[in-house]
This record gives sequence, C-alpha cells and structure tokens, in this order.
Amino acid sequence: MSAATVRSYQRDRIAPARLPISQLLGTALQGPRTRRLRAALSSLGIAIGIGAMVAVVGVSASAQANLLAEIDALGTNLLTVTPGQTFLGATEVLPDTSVRMIEHMQQVDSDLAVYQVASANVYRSPLVPQSETGGIGVDAAAGNLPEVLGTSMASGHFIDAIGDRYPEVVLGAQAGSVLQINRVGGHVMVYLGNTWFTVVGVLKRVLLDPSLDSDVFISLPVAERMFQARPNPSEIFVRANVNQVNKVSALLAASTDPQQPDGVQVSRPSDALEARAAAKGQFTTLLLGLGAVALLVGMIGIANIMVISVLERRGEIGLRRALGATKRHIWAQFLAESALLAVLGGIGGLLLGAGATALYAQAKNEPFVVPLYALIAAPTAGLVIGAIAGIYPAMKAARLSPTEALRAT
Amino acid sequence: MSVASSLEAVTKEYPGGVVALRNLTIEVGEGEQLAVVGPSGSGKTTLLTVMGTLERPTRGAVHVTGYDVAQASDRELAGLRAHALGFVFQGFQLQESITALDNVALGLLYTGQPLRQRREAARVALERVGLGHRLTHRPPMLSGGERQRVAIARAIAKRPLLILADEPTGNLDSKASAEVVALLHELGSDGATLVLITHDDNIARGFDRRIQMRDGEIVLDERQ
Repeated sequence: MSAATVRSYQRDRIAPARLPISQLLGTALQGPRTRRLRAALSSLGIAIGIGAMVAVVGVSASAQANLLAEIDALGTNLLTVTPGQTFLGATEVLPDTSVRMIEHMQQVDSDLAVYQVASANVYRSPLVPQSETGGIGVDAAAGNLPEVLGTSMASGHFIDAIGDRYPEVVLGAQAGSVLQINRVGGHVMVYLGNTWFTVVGVLKRVLLDPSLDSDVFISLPVAERMFQARPNPSEIFVRANVNQVNKVSALLAASTDPQQPDGVQVSRPSDALEARAAAKGQFTTLLLGLGAVALLVGMIGIANIMVISVLERRGEIGLRRALGATKRHIWAQFLAESALLAVLGGIGGLLLGAGATALYAQAKNEPFVVPLYALIAAPTAGLVIGAIAGIYPAMKAARLSPTEALRAT
Repeated sequence: MSVASSLEAVTKEYPGGVVALRNLTIEVGEGEQLAVVGPSGSGKTTLLTVMGTLERPTRGAVHVTGYDVAQASDRELAGLRAHALGFVFQGFQLQESITALDNVALGLLYTGQPLRQRREAARVALERVGLGHRLTHRPPMLSGGERQRVAIARAIAKRPLLILADEPTGNLDSKASAEVVALLHELGSDGATLVLITHDDNIARGFDRRIQMRDGEIVLDERQ
C-alpha cells in the first residue's frame, strides 16, 4: 500500500488548516444530533419566547384583518355630510334644499337625511323625571336608514308607511339598552314628547356611525306634524358609486350648499374606522414584553447548556485540535451550534405561534393571518440570540489547551 | 536520512513549577520507528504533545517535518497537524454517535476537503486497517481492538508523515494489543515515521529504536 498511506511531503510550504462553511454547519449539527433531548429542551425556551411573540402579532393581525373585512362589508363608499362651524364658532345649518341637490348628483347611489328633533326627549314612562333623558336623542329619518348605514334590525322592523301616520319609534342599540328594551313583542311603548310611542323595532349597532346608536328614530311626517321639526337635515348619509367616492366627496360640499360650501363638512367614516383598526392591530406591548422575557430566559438557557457542553466535550475539543482545528475553528463550531439551537427554537416558535393564532382565529371565526415579516424575523431573532448566547461558551472552548482537553478523558 | 522531528535542548515547564521535559534533545529520522518507555510522570506524553505541535516548549527549538515550531503561527501549526501529523490516543477519542467511516473522515475535516472526498479516503484507510466490513458501525458496536483500529485509520487517512501514538494499547487486552501493534509496524514498514509511547516492554522490544525517559530526561537511547 506504500503510496496509499505515505506521501512525499512538501517541505517548502504547508497548507493552512481549513474549515469551509458547509463543513462547519455539518460539524455544528453533530453536537445537537448526539444529544437530541437536551438540544430540544434548550431550544424550547427560545421557541416559547418567539412563539408568544408570533402569537401576539398573529392574533392582533387576525383581529385587524377581521375588522377591516367587516368595514369592507359595510362598504367604504359611505360619506357623511354634516354642518360645519361658522367663523364665530356657531354651528352652521344645512339648507333645506341640500337633500334634493345631493340626489341630483350623478354618482350618488342612495342617500339618507337624518333630522334632529331637538324639542323632544324619550322616557320609559311619564313618571321618569324630565332631566333624566339618558342622553338619548330623537331623530327623524326615512325608511332606508338600515340599508344606507349597512346595519339591520336586532328585533322588529324599521319605520314603514304605518309609522308615517302613527306614533311609532325604532330604538338604536345603545338607546334600547338604556331604556331596557332589547326586544319588541307585545306592546312595548315609550313616552316621547308627551305622547306614547309604540316601539316597533330595535336596531343593531351602526358600526359606521356609532353616534346613532344612542338615538331613537321616528318618521319624518310624524316629526313635522307633532314636533314641528325643522326641514334642515342635521346629517346626510350618501352612498357614492364605489369607483367615484373621491370625486363625490370633493363635490359634495358644493352641491349641498352652493352658496356657502365652507359651512359643510364631508367625511368618510370608513377611513376613521380603518385607521382605528390599524391602531388596534398594533401589538399588545405587555404580551410582547412577556415574550421578550421568555426569550431572555431562553438565551440564558442556551448559554448555560453550551457551557456545560464545552466542559463535557473537552475530549472532543482536544481531538479536534489534534486533527488540525485552529482556535478559531473551535470557536466557530460552538458559536454555530448555539446559533443553530436557537434558530431551531425560532422555527419551532414560529410554528407554535402560528398554531396558537390559527386556534384563536378559528375560535373567533376570524381570518388566520400571520404577518409575512414574522416568517423571516422569527428565525433571524433565533440566530441573533443564539449567536449572543454562544459567544462566551465558544470562547471558553477555543481557549481550552488541547493537551489538557485530551488528558481530561 | 532526513529528519521527521527534532527537539533541541527542549525544556517544558508547567505553571506551578512542574518541569516535564528537561533540556531534552532528540532527533527522529523519517521512516524511523521509535518506542518511548518510562514510568508515569517521566514526561513521555509531554514529549509527544510537543513533537505533535499541540504545545510549544518553554525553551529550546522544535522542528517538525522541517518547520520551526517557534516561528510558526497557531494557524500554521494547525495546518501542519491537519496535513502531516496523525495522533492515536489511549482512549481512542472516537465520536460515539457517528459511524466508523465518518469518524475516520473527521480526521480529514480540517484539510478543507469536501465530505465525499473525505469519506472515500476514510474507506480506503478503514480497508487498510482491516475494517472494510465495519464502515457503517458506530463505535459502541465495535470491540476495543476494532475501535483502536478505527482511530488508527483516522490517523493515517491523511497519509501523515509522522504518526504519534500515546499508549494505543493501554485499554486493550493482550490479543487486541498484539493486533494493533502489528498493524502499526506494518504502517511503519510502509514508510511512515512512528513514535509510540508504551508501558509494555514486550511491545517496545519490537521497535528498532527505544528511548527510556525519567524525570523529563532521556536516560537510555538504544537501537537494535
């Protein structure tokens, strides 16, 4: 075999010891593969920390997606027209012609005017003191209110042709609960402006304009006849053509009051809701903090395991030095091993967090969303944490004297 | 005959005042087979680690395969060990979780060769030590003698110039010892330089050259 085991050696130069990255990774895998249970347990801390963070991010993203979907379902083409303030701070009045003007606009699909009946209050009975209005306002509105506002009845029906002639009232969701009426059945009545009104319906919440929840609604003819309500709308809701919302929005003030467009305020409620949804979707700082604490504990756990591992593997370290490893190679091996454990923990945490989010989303019937950045951030966080945790053990391993290490076994 | 390794007036002191080698001079020729005997604590292992560049001497000059150890950086010495030196230890130092083949391939890891190439060299080396049928066995499934032969295969897979064996038969029964020693002699007759530490005079008698150490000094250097 002569040539097979002995070669003529070049004395002029010696090739340096090398450990290519690909081989370093294989080397780093070897430790955890030998001690699987220990590797799994030490990764668990990182997995829990990252899992908690992914779950927090995922759950809030899912809730946000759900909220946005709800807003979308309500329609983002709703615009509201309200009187603005005069130069001196008094409230402007919308002209009584404004509804007709708006109806003439081409891109308006439907509209609804709400008239405030300021002179009337509503009570459960005439025995309730006058001052205890419960903050409930009285409005007059047309029968298409639920449709335009994207809501529906919790109970009963909205004002119809009969309500145009007789004293009938529909309660907003909040008003209903203040008056302790959440269902219509039999003969439920409320005392409204010195007259008994029959409650014919209770509305569900109006997400697009929650201020209407604390109002009750009567028909326009009744309002005019019984309370001499003014013909100036207090608020006009406009459903614009879905593709022309911005255009309608720009023209709405001028159409409502051509003489004084500055006195008209136009807004798009879905914008505000979406902004609020986005703000709500931000992480819960406390939970994220808890995740960070778990990560810190996990990091210390990995550092701890690595220190023990270095002590246990002194023989291996000595052997590797004898086989030609430089101090740097040993350092890199243990650092890579530590990083690897934490990356595995990060991936495990991603799965844990995604699983928790999926369960939550299913339970709440919300869409399942884990932000894309989490897919990259979770393993990266693991890598960084593992690298930090590994610095000290790796230095300890590299500093071991090879002969001492060999003698230890 | 050119020189595989030489120590010139080498002293090695450890912290705490322990002197392991005292002003020791020795030259090992290329292809020579040298047995080192001596009582425990006489400095045999230190001689081997200094020769193997795992430790630098406190004083004196060490040349290994023509390189001046004092002038070489740690990185260069590591390269020397990776390419030119093969170690065999009493305790085998095998990785229990990987196969015999991969244990031997590990011996070539720091040469930077790709795994496939290392495994091929490992297979050749294992066949050379008579373990061609044990490639996929893990160390716990092998006998002591077989384990030491795997360790020897790991040392020779790189085709080293100098093999350094520290009591390779210390953990083996007499039959396995005889096999391992026979194998080492065979490798030696192929041309590799061999330095072997042993307690066993019978084993030492089989070598061309024997040195005896005591208190860090060579007290006897005889050739057959």
